[in-house]
Amino acid sequence: MTAPQVEIQLIAIVVAVSCALPGTFLVLRRMAMMSDAISHAILFGIVLAFFVTRDLTSPFLVVAAALTGVLTVSLVELLNRTGLVREDAAIGLTFPALFSIGVILVARYAGSVHLDTDSVLLGELAFAPFNRLEVMGYDIGPKAFYLMACIMLLNVLFIAVFYKELKLATFDASLAGVFGFLPGFLHYALMALVSVTAVGAFEAVGSILVVALMIAPPTTAYLLVDRLSLMLAVSALLGAVSAVAGYWVAHALDASIAGSMASVAGLLFGVAYLAAPGRGLVAIALRRVRQRWEFAQAMLLVHLYNHEGLPEAVRENRLPNLPDHLKWDPRFAERVVATARRRGLVETRDSLLFLTDSGRATAMEAMVG
Amino acid sequence: MEFLGDLFGNYTLRTVGLGAAFLGIVNGVLGSFAVLRRQSLLGDAISHAALPGIALAFLLTGSKATIVLLLGAAAAGWVGTLLVMNIVKNTRVKYDSALGLVLSVFFGFGLVLLTYIQRMPVASQAGLDTFLFGQAATLLARDVATIGILGLAVLLIVLAVWKEFKLLCFDPDFARSLGFPIRWLDVLLITLLVTSIVIGLQTVGVVLMSAMVVAPAAAARQWTDRLGAMVAISAFFGALAGVGGALVSSLTARLPAGPTIVLCLTAIVLVSLLAAPNRGVVWKWARERVNRNLLQTEAVLADLYVLAMRHEDLGHGHPISVLRTMSIGHGGVDRSLEVLRERGLVRVTADGTWSLTPRGLSEAGRLSGTREEGP
Repeated sequence: MTAPQVEIQLIAIVVAVSCALPGTFLVLRRMAMMSDAISHAILFGIVLAFFVTRDLTSPFLVVAAALTGVLTVSLVELLNRTGLVREDAAIGLTFPALFSIGVILVARYAGSVHLDTDSVLLGELAFAPFNRLEVMGYDIGPKAFYLMACIMLLNVLFIAVFYKELKLATFDASLAGVFGFLPGFLHYALMALVSVTAVGAFEAVGSILVVALMIAPPTTAYLLVDRLSLMLAVSALLGAVSAVAGYWVAHALDASIAGSMASVAGLLFGVAYLAAPGRGLVAIALRRVRQRWEFAQAMLLVHLYNHEGLPEAVRENRLPNLPDHLKWDPRFAERVVATARRRGLVETRDSLLFLTDSGRATAMEAMVG
Repeated sequence: MEFLGDLFGNYTLRTVGLGAAFLGIVNGVLGSFAVLRRQSLLGDAISHAALPGIALAFLLTGSKATIVLLLGAAAAGWVGTLLVMNIVKNTRVKYDSALGLVLSVFFGFGLVLLTYIQRMPVASQAGLDTFLFGQAATLLARDVATIGILGLAVLLIVLAVWKEFKLLCFDPDFARSLGFPIRWLDVLLITLLVTSIVIGLQTVGVVLMSAMVVAPAAAARQWTDRLGAMVAISAFFGALAGVGGALVSSLTARLPAGPTIVLCLTAIVLVSLLAAPNRGVVWKWARERVNRNLLQTEAVLADLYVLAMRHEDLGHGHPISVLRTMSIGHGGVDRSLEVLRERGLVRVTADGTWSLTPRGLSEAGRLSGTREEGP
């Protein structure tokens, strides 16, 4: 690996982890689409700040972006509170408007300088190492890395300091309010954090893929774990894995790094969606099959129990009668009986089915519960 | 007038205007259903998810024909939407997360494919990236014909199942109980929505196409409470913004079509939110003001009535300061007295105090009577 390659991967990891941390709270608070709104709308703030400072790496841009993010959230809530449009429509009206103003400003007035819509929308991580940070004449690494590292630190600090408050405000906002935790303040602080992270990340991965890094790893983690602290850690880890794997996929295809990172993050979700223990599609399918067999077993035992020792038992309690009586496929009936016999719940004498003691106990348990 | 002459004389402008009008109408109609069903952001997901479809269609066929790319876009948008629904149905992942996930991951994948295509050693890929922000000026008559035919088909289907869609929007449970195939209607509505979004991608671009779905419908909702009227108004708004934005963008250098159309839509939405009769913010404010004045006036009349009842002489005058003291909490005494005097219910006595006229007395008695009968 060459030095720029290492640097790109480091930046990618820091970006991914920075996004995954606030993203976890967005996913849990059902505000995932707010990241979409914010990451688009901050273009407006970035462009305005850029016209003032004429410098894309100015810290002033970060402040402007944070303000725009909070402005977006406030506008959405203002629209929502008029009662004229619902929340989803309010989001869908607000960010395209702000984003459009941003795009038009860029297209008309910034065309000659280094700020074009493609780089804002799509980002270009491959160029990040060219912009170096020098301290007292020494080159200490790419600027983007230090910027994102600061933002990551900010995210980690915020979550560590307000962990208890965030947790309660996320899972029980009214109780948090009763305790005086100011859920409203936390809400806006979180939104500001999302905006700052988005502006730091947009240069590297572009505004739409910020959404991928904020939503995909936490959603995947949500399928895997049940504790908030674990979910944060797993999201960050998945983000970092997507970053590194995404880089190498892009390297192999000579394609967009940010796009590959998002694709890998999506792929990881796909794997979890299929195979997550207890929650994936495979687990769900297996559970359905098992439940079908368990239910069939219980049906068989209860059926035998009902007719046990009665005159009609000769007719009812035999294998050929089961498909008719229980509406089973004959082969399915055979397999159910075979399983029951193997488990020692049923035995066959003179082609009649009899319950064993444990079979009778199971049948009674199935009926009484 | 010169502009209108240009519009009808200039082939490019006529093509662009016609195309934008078609897709404005179709998206206005379908958007109404999406907004009413709280699926406003679905349009965002569909349009972003369409990107890999466009790239794959080009990679597989090597063709840049509009219909081929649109088919790819529609397929990808459709798969993305069904994926969102399946994730929500099968896991505990919430709707918003599933939407954000599918939207961004599909877009990312599309980007990988686009950048991969751009680095291929063939020159024919140029122009695919206009799908990001849209370029109205590149619309050809052939494209407009495609948009028109697809749009017409969508509108005819909506007309054919109008009653079913109406039920689906407002009371899906009732519709189910009547035996309508809700699941299939749902899939049909989504397929139509996908189609209507996809035909706008070339003009408006994937990034902003969602506004084309949400904004006309959200604006139209303010003007009416009837579905039929809402759909018609929404189609009109869509066409208006589409044509306006596309033409302005085509006539001005360095003004991308998508954002221009979105700003036109935003203006329409703002006007609707403020000024629409009954629901608009200004209207509501005016109505509240009228009601407040009415209540204040009645309260002052009632105060005078109470004072009159406590005096032997019903025509005895009462100074305004007494009324002001009594009206703490509602205010507006001077204005109310003026209104009452104009209506001939109160009069100013010789010493500058206020008393009820005989008509005022009976009116106040009637009002207080109806009040006492109240619950």
